[in-house]
Amino acid sequence: MADHAPTETFALRVQFDTEAQQKDASTLGMWIFLVTEIMFFGGLFAVYTVYRSWYPDVFAIASSSLNEIIGALNTGVLLLSSFTMVMAVRASQLGQQKMIVIFLILTLLFGGIFLGVKAYEWNQKFEEHHIPGQAAFHLDGVLPEGQGHAQLFFSIYFAMTGLHALHMVIGVGILLTLIVQARKGRFSASYYTPVDVAGLYWHFVDIIWIFLFPLLYLIDRHLVK
Amino acid sequence: MSDPQENTHIDSVGTYVKILLALLVATGVTTAVARVDLGGFSVVVALGIASAKMVLVALFFMHIRHSTKLTRLVVLGGLLWLAILLLLTMTDFASRGILGVPGK
Repeated sequence: MADHAPTETFALRVQFDTEAQQKDASTLGMWIFLVTEIMFFGGLFAVYTVYRSWYPDVFAIASSSLNEIIGALNTGVLLLSSFTMVMAVRASQLGQQKMIVIFLILTLLFGGIFLGVKAYEWNQKFEEHHIPGQAAFHLDGVLPEGQGHAQLFFSIYFAMTGLHALHMVIGVGILLTLIVQARKGRFSASYYTPVDVAGLYWHFVDIIWIFLFPLLYLIDRHLVK
Repeated sequence: MSDPQENTHIDSVGTYVKILLALLVATGVTTAVARVDLGGFSVVVALGIASAKMVLVALFFMHIRHSTKLTRLVVLGGLLWLAILLLLTMTDFASRGILGVPGK
């Protein structure tokens, strides 16, 4: 062994026996990180569950004040971005250099649209005086003693959508890095781990939104006319 | 050196398009059904559809159906801990006030 200089590549680092072993280790490591993310968001989902079970009526009214059509369309945009992301991973698996860049840029575009719509929705909340802690906070249809519970809903709304959007912003940074690397031809059919694990991250953030959308926008809409 | 694509399962574009369409339809259904009075089942239906969407994204977009058993175990373990977090929290909050406080 001593007379052989170690030949290390991106696809096969010296500490791994085979490329497949290295790839499996990367995937497993990313999933373990995502499990910590499940627990991170899990705390907020627990808060949501407790307060919704305590104040179901106020939560239904507050939820119905959100525009569910915008929310549904934005969900569609995010699902589209997940589709283009998985297509970028597929292009890497096939070693199609140009297609990787194109699909990553499309993912960035859809992610950007989602964040833009989210910013518009948050701004609407400011205009409607639905910001928790605001002196002028008022939600129509809720008794004066229920206004505090309505503020709770919007606190949870901003905390959960805010943490989700923060993850999207980080995802945008990751995508920009990947686009630069992909343009330099860094990825090939034998090595595309960064695209692969970034894809896992992006889809995870998508799954969080898949739950946030019905839980925040669609509570008992039939009760509120 | 073995062929790098030998151990990689590459799904067809058609598969991904079908999954995307299923996800978009499910989003439409969950939005529409929220206006229907299902009583206490509203939240069950909403979470059921969301869970189905999660399974589709995880199996196909996140390649769980091609992944190793160890990775699948880690994913299920994560969901198990989330279930413990939610269920044990609710055993407290949902049962408060069922029994009176002695001496009060």
